Amino acid sequence: MLRFLLVKLAQLVPTFIGVTIVAFAFIRLLPGDPILLMAGERGISAERYAQLQSQFGFDRPLIVQYWDFLSGLFRGDLGNSLVTHSPVIHEFMSRFPATMELSIFALAFAVIIGLPAGVIAAIRRGKTLDHTIVGISLTGYSMPIFWWGLLLIMLFSGTLGWTPVSGRMSFIYFIQPVTGFMTIDSLIAGDWGAFLSALHHLILPAIVLGTIPLAVIARQTRSSMLEVLGEDYVRTARAKGLSSYRVIMVHTLRNALISVITVIGLQVGLLLAGAILTETIFSWPGIGKWMIDAISRRDYPSVQGGLVLIAFIVMIVNLLVDVAYGVVNPRIRH
Amino acid sequence: MKKTLLAAGVAAMMMSATPVMAKTLVYCSEGSPEGFDPSLYTTGTTFDASSKTIYNRLVQFKPGTTELEPAIAKSWEVSDDGLEITFHLRDDVDFQTTDYFTPSRPLNADDVIWTFERQMDKDNPYYKLANGSFEYFQSMSMGELIKSIEKVDDHTVKFVLSEPNAPFVANLGMDFASIHSKEYEEQLVDEGKPEMANQQPIGTGPFQFLNYQEDAAIRYQANPDYFRGKQPIDNLVFAITPDAQVRYQKLQAGECQVMPFPNPADVDSMKQNDDIQVLQEAGLNVAYLAYNTTQKPFDKPEVRKALNMAINKQAIIDAVFQGAGQTAKNPIPPTMWSYNDDIQDDQYDPDKAKQMLADAGVKNLEMNIWAMPVQRPYMPNARRTAELMQSDLAKVGVTANIVTYEWGEYLKRAANKDHDGAVILGWTGDNGDPDNFMGTLLSCAGVGTSNNVAEFCYQPFEDLIQKARTLDDQDERAKLYRQAQEVFKEQAPWDTLAHSTVFMPMTKNVTGYTIDPLGGHSFEGVDIEE
Repeated sequence: MLRFLLVKLAQLVPTFIGVTIVAFAFIRLLPGDPILLMAGERGISAERYAQLQSQFGFDRPLIVQYWDFLSGLFRGDLGNSLVTHSPVIHEFMSRFPATMELSIFALAFAVIIGLPAGVIAAIRRGKTLDHTIVGISLTGYSMPIFWWGLLLIMLFSGTLGWTPVSGRMSFIYFIQPVTGFMTIDSLIAGDWGAFLSALHHLILPAIVLGTIPLAVIARQTRSSMLEVLGEDYVRTARAKGLSSYRVIMVHTLRNALISVITVIGLQVGLLLAGAILTETIFSWPGIGKWMIDAISRRDYPSVQGGLVLIAFIVMIVNLLVDVAYGVVNPRIRH
Repeated sequence: MKKTLLAAGVAAMMMSATPVMAKTLVYCSEGSPEGFDPSLYTTGTTFDASSKTIYNRLVQFKPGTTELEPAIAKSWEVSDDGLEITFHLRDDVDFQTTDYFTPSRPLNADDVIWTFERQMDKDNPYYKLANGSFEYFQSMSMGELIKSIEKVDDHTVKFVLSEPNAPFVANLGMDFASIHSKEYEEQLVDEGKPEMANQQPIGTGPFQFLNYQEDAAIRYQANPDYFRGKQPIDNLVFAITPDAQVRYQKLQAGECQVMPFPNPADVDSMKQNDDIQVLQEAGLNVAYLAYNTTQKPFDKPEVRKALNMAINKQAIIDAVFQGAGQTAKNPIPPTMWSYNDDIQDDQYDPDKAKQMLADAGVKNLEMNIWAMPVQRPYMPNARRTAELMQSDLAKVGVTANIVTYEWGEYLKRAANKDHDGAVILGWTGDNGDPDNFMGTLLSCAGVGTSNNVAEFCYQPFEDLIQKARTLDDQDERAKLYRQAQEVFKEQAPWDTLAHSTVFMPMTKNVTGYTIDPLGGHSFEGVDIEE
């Protein structure tokens, strides 16, 4: 297992270097100059422009700028935002828990509903329930997040008044951040009202962000289950007289889960991508919204630093998924 | 009877135990501030969260107008040669007392001098910290204008200028000129954390900073020591809500009481909502199409006028602004002093335009129209505007090609003196002074920059605006600016397109809110009726 882990870790190094190159190049390939954008219609004198270029280091050769970025990265220094002048690492870390909390709830929603839905659809293959689940998951998969979010806000917050429109917690509460997870911090503070308010605020954004992963998980579970249900050993298990429950839960689901776990792992990257839109609709103060702002302002250090950190997180999650495979299916370790 | 008495007793106890609820106003702001030191930034979102709430300036714009009135300075006088301006400060202005700072003295002349030194003195620790990045201060040429600042006594400060400059006092009412506490900032420098001034601000304003949850909310409380008295509301919250549709939903759900920048398409339904009131006012802005007046055939005023007459501005107001604007005839908005309402606009008349082009010897003209890639307060959709112009111009035999670039690139290319065709652009006023429009956008000094994209340098016009800049008497200045508008109309370097309307939706129980023509959002004097 240790060797398996070490090999996987070694494979991450070139990927990580590649990510730094892409992140560095991506924002610079986009047309637009951060200094001119900052100046806007008011304009900027050529002298002041040159001064700022030199201050930000943009007048140096690209390779030197990349080397600075890379060496800073290994020192844990991602530079300062051109807009707020604060360290990028601080800006990222103060927002990341909000995205993480939302993503965890969205994924939990997707798994809790998607997995049983996929199993049920597989068991009831060809029946009305199967068609219904497949139809709903196809609709969910094709749902434009922005439109879906606004629709839910209008219905549940506007018309019915059941859920708050946006934000992380009611303004009557102020919880000092400890972990950055509002649900946990409110419990640490012993404030039940704040905890319930945080949960209440999570409902709609988690549903919106979790909709596409839910559809993907349900469809994957269904097809994977159908594949395993057709295997000889399942037929043998049934022939031996095992209960349906045991056949499905022990012999089928466990094997079907291997590909489902892969899909769940891949959803983490998609969740972070989906968070960009969800956070914008629900005014959720996470990294998605922060990245959008940074890209539109061509805030080079924030965009390249943010991309590298997000890619790093996705890589770590995928590593954990690989390890989880190893646990579910020991053959993969070899 | 016993039960009734008991119930009455319990009710009485409950009533007496009910605390007096603090009044909290929630404002659904459109974005996150970049920081809380207004001298470092240039965006309205940051100014709303910092200078408009936490700070004051020497002078201020009378609410709802662009007229100046005293603030921290109770009065000021200008020397005969216009080179010295002396401000007399109030002696009852205290800096805010918070968890992180307790002032030992009231505001005095040292704080005023410190405020400007930190933006212009290379040895000041804050100048060093920001690497001199005080963009607004620099773009208003304050460093060149201020020769020195002298402390006459504890409550008198004299600014010595390098040349007479009438708009200078108005500049001091702008956000970058917000007065900082020398005592607090020196204390931070001594503690080795000067950057905290940008995160834990101290000012003299109506609200004091409590905390900021990045991208989520900013909390303030009323400053109990405010020199104009404590505010009617106790707490102010900025709930950061970037999407206009979501802001509207929050307003309807009662999650906030005031919101800026509604979608123009939503305004009608807001006006019909019984719980919402919508304040509106003409914005202090202008959108225009600037011809490159150095390029043939746009170097001829009669050609520019003919093209102006070929474009149906009212159709643009209806289709692009969806009624949230008015056609413009002058380069300054109608709410600004010196606006010349006697000017006759070039009427939409395609037949006459065609004839004028033929008379000027212009045949089969092909030109570029530049459409901005971004939405601005003065222009909701430049691409759509350009398409409407394209179709209007086709009717007079002019072929227009629409070009667009990424915003930074657009400004860079438009700043090039040899750029091709006509550029859609606009301006939002900074300080309510006509020089801020005509001097900035149409003077010879602006040629070759993104300010004067018409590359307009016409001596009779230049003489008028230069003279107006040096005079102190506002009536005299207004006379010159009115003449300048006449010259502008004859020369037609722009097709003045529109002044947009600013809408401010809020719940009906909000009172005392005034729309700031300069585009800021201030909650001083605002109350919520119970």
